[in-house]
Amino acid sequence: MHMRESSIMKVHYYTGLAAIVLVAIHVLFRLTVPEGYYASLEYENVLANYKNISYVVVLELILITVAIHGFNGLRVILLELRQGNIWESAVRWLCIAGALAVLAYGTRTIILASMM
Amino acid sequence: MKENREGIRGWLNPSRYGINRFAYWLQRLTGLGLLVYFIAHISETSNVVYGKEAWDKMLEFTQTTTGHIVLIVVIGMCVFHAANGVRLYIAEHGRGIGNPGRPEYPYTPTSLNKGMKALVWISMALAAIAMAYGAYILFSE
Amino acid sequence: MGDIMKKVKVRIQRFNPSKDRYATYDEYDVTAERWTTVLDALLYIKAHIDHSIALRYSCRMASCGSCGMLINGVPRLACYTKVYELNTDVITCKPLPNFPIIRDLATDFKEFFAKHKSMKPYIINEKADGNAREFIQKPEDVEMYLQFSYCIKCGLCYSACPTVGTDKRFPGPQALAQMYRYLIDNRDDATKERLRIVDDRHGVWRCHFAGSCSTVCPKGVDPALGIQLLRAYLLGYGKEKRKKGAMLYSRT
Repeated sequence: MHMRESSIMKVHYYTGLAAIVLVAIHVLFRLTVPEGYYASLEYENVLANYKNISYVVVLELILITVAIHGFNGLRVILLELRQGNIWESAVRWLCIAGALAVLAYGTRTIILASMM
Repeated sequence: MKENREGIRGWLNPSRYGINRFAYWLQRLTGLGLLVYFIAHISETSNVVYGKEAWDKMLEFTQTTTGHIVLIVVIGMCVFHAANGVRLYIAEHGRGIGNPGRPEYPYTPTSLNKGMKALVWISMALAAIAMAYGAYILFSE
Repeated sequence: MGDIMKKVKVRIQRFNPSKDRYATYDEYDVTAERWTTVLDALLYIKAHIDHSIALRYSCRMASCGSCGMLINGVPRLACYTKVYELNTDVITCKPLPNFPIIRDLATDFKEFFAKHKSMKPYIINEKADGNAREFIQKPEDVEMYLQFSYCIKCGLCYSACPTVGTDKRFPGPQALAQMYRYLIDNRDDATKERLRIVDDRHGVWRCHFAGSCSTVCPKGVDPALGIQLLRAYLLGYGKEKRKKGAMLYSRT
C-alpha cells in the first residue's frame, strides 16, 4: 500500500495549516480563563474542559493533525538521512505506528476524562 | 572521505548561505523539538485520569522555573515553525517567488527576494513576541 | 588606479584516495593583484611552486563550469571569484562537497550527470517526426524556461544543497530545475511522464526551499525557483502558464 508522495505531502500541508488554527484555539482557552492562567491548570477546571463537547472535538482534532504532521515530518527526516528498501519500509511503519500510538493514548485520556 | 558527502554536518550548520538556509535549519530543529514536546505533553496531561493527586504531582514537576523556561522555548518554537511553515506553504505553491525571466547581472535570485527574507524575520519576531508574552504570563502570577 | 598588491596564503586540500587515508592541507604564498582570481592563484602555484596539484578548469570565464570548488567554505567558481572580494588573507580551497574526490580539487561528476540524464533533459514530442517541421514558439513562451536553460552544470548548487548531503537518491537542484525547464517548455509533450519521475519520496518533495542552490548559482539560473514552480505544478498550480503546445508548420 503506497500513497503517492504528492498525496502524502498534501496531507502534510493541510494538517499543518489546520494545526495552527486548532492549537491557537487550545492556547486561547488557557489564556482566557477569568481567574487566570494558573487557575485554569487546577484539576477541577481541567476536568471540566473534558465535559465541553466542542473543546473535546478540538483536542481530538489537534491529536490527529499534529500526530500526522509531526510523524510525517520525522519520516521525511529519516528518509533523507539514510536510503534503502528495508530502512524506508521500517521508517514508514514505525512512523505510522508512532502516530497511531500517540493518537490512541491521547484519545484514551479524552474518553476517560470525559466520563469522570 | 572518498564519497565526500557533507552529511548531517550540512544540516547542522546554519551559516554560509544566508537567512533562507538559517530558516531551513531552524524549521527542522523546531519541528523535531515540537514532536518531542507533543509526545511529552500527551503523556503529562494523561495524568488527569489518575485523579487529583496524580495531577497535582505532575503540576509540581512542571510548574517550576525550569518548566517555565522549557515552555517559553516551546512557545517560541511553535510560533516560528507555524509562521515559517506558512511562508513555505506559500512559496511551495509557486506564490511570492517571482517569475522566470532573463537573468541580469548580478543575478539576484528572484525566489530569494526581499519579501521571502522579510517573512523569515517576521516569523522570528513573532516567535520572540510570543515568548515575551509567555514569560510575562508564566512569571507574573 | 595605482597597483594594489597583497600577499595571500592559499591552503589547498590534498587527498589522493588511492594512497591517503586522510586529507591534509598544503599552504602556499601568492601575491594577488586587484584582478587576480582564485584560479589565477591556483594556476600560479601549479606553474611555479607545486606541479602536483590536481584541479579542473577550462574557459576561465564562468562559461564551462569546470572550476567549481569550495572556496572559504562556500562553493564557487574559481575563475569567477576574485581574491580581493574574499576580504581575507587566507584562502582555503577544498573539493566540492557531495562529489566523490578523484584527487585534490578534482571531483567525479558521474553521479551528477546520471541524475541529470534521469530527468530526460530533451524535448519529447511525437509530432516532431522525420519531416522538416519547425516549432513556432512565442517570446513569452521562451521566457518561461529560458533562465533555466542557462545552467552550465557546474555543480555548485548540488554541493550547497543540504538534502543532497545525506540523500543519495535525491536528484539535486540542477536536475530538478532542468526537469522544470523541459516540463514548462510548450514544445514538450511528456508532462505526465515527467511528473511521474519527480513525484517520488526522494524526488521534488525532499526539497525544503533552503535556497542555498540559488545563492551559489553563478549564472542566475535560480534553481530554487524552478523547483518550487515544479512542485506547484504537481500540486495543480501554474498549469495556466504552460500555454497550449507550440505550433508546428511544415516546410513544403
